[in-house]
Amino acid sequence: MHLSPDEMIFWQYGLLKLNGTIVFTWALMLVLTLGSKLITRNLSTGLERSRWQNLLEIVVSAIERQIKDVGLRHPRKYLPFLGTLFLFIAMANLGTIIPGYEPPTGSLSTTAALALCVFVAVPLFGIADLGLRRYLKSYTEPTLLMLPFNIISELSRTLALAVRLFGNMMSGVMIIGILLTITPFIFPIVMTVLGLLTGMVQAYIFSILAAVYIAAATHTRGSDTRKSDTRGSETDLRPAPTP
Amino acid sequence: MTIIAVASIVTAGLTIAMGSIGPALGEGRAVATALSSLAQQPDAASTITRTLFVGLAMIESIAIYCFVVSMILIFANPFWNHVIAQVAGK
Repeated sequence: MHLSPDEMIFWQYGLLKLNGTIVFTWALMLVLTLGSKLITRNLSTGLERSRWQNLLEIVVSAIERQIKDVGLRHPRKYLPFLGTLFLFIAMANLGTIIPGYEPPTGSLSTTAALALCVFVAVPLFGIADLGLRRYLKSYTEPTLLMLPFNIISELSRTLALAVRLFGNMMSGVMIIGILLTITPFIFPIVMTVLGLLTGMVQAYIFSILAAVYIAAATHTRGSDTRKSDTRGSETDLRPAPTP
Repeated sequence: MTIIAVASIVTAGLTIAMGSIGPALGEGRAVATALSSLAQQPDAASTITRTLFVGLAMIESIAIYCFVVSMILIFANPFWNHVIAQVAGK
């Protein structure tokens, strides 16, 4: 029983190894890109639309509403990054249904890469919104004494993101593996369902936490913090205003 | 050599046993408070639910850290690997 899809080697040539993580990640990327390309070939803006386009619109507007509720104004700016995070992790974890597939997020490499993306994106968004000086100044708030703690909290948040996703996925795979040797037939299926549920929850958590970190980085002291929109399902479908 | 194996196994068991007590208690309290505030203000349900999930994920990660440590002790133990390499080399 192996710890992660890193140990499934499909092909080897000297030092180059094609392991399960790489193969499944590329397969996932292929499915996501080709699927979206096929669905968005003939977009219609009227009331008549294909069901796949409807599905994609539901997904995109739901993500946009969530980003808005977290407190980020102009959610269109952050929608590509956060939406991609959510869709990739959700599809990676959902694919457990397919036999022989192991989620690439069960390997620490994938989750560390995703956490590093968030680690780089948060200052980028912060600097884009606030400007370099103001963003760097936010590290010294409330007092200069907090500077090392703020830096440490940035690093530990990133580490926590990576380990949380990795731990949840790896434990799901491992529990199913162990149960298959003890009580096969019905109980592992129940545990697979639980694994799917935690996979979806972890995908949501990962992207919501990334959104919260970005909101904390782009929030300035003294600017009005909008309370979350409790008016229901109003989505801002206008494009983001250019600054 | 056996002492490394015994120490690893005992520590792995203890880590996950004691490491899941705290997060379980914390999550129970968090859900209880969320339920009572949902009963008080049902129209803030989406905000409360979302904040609840985020908070639960943060609490859960402590248990995940302990789980990862015990998995490392059982499956990717460097001390055990070192001992095995020594015995194999002899």
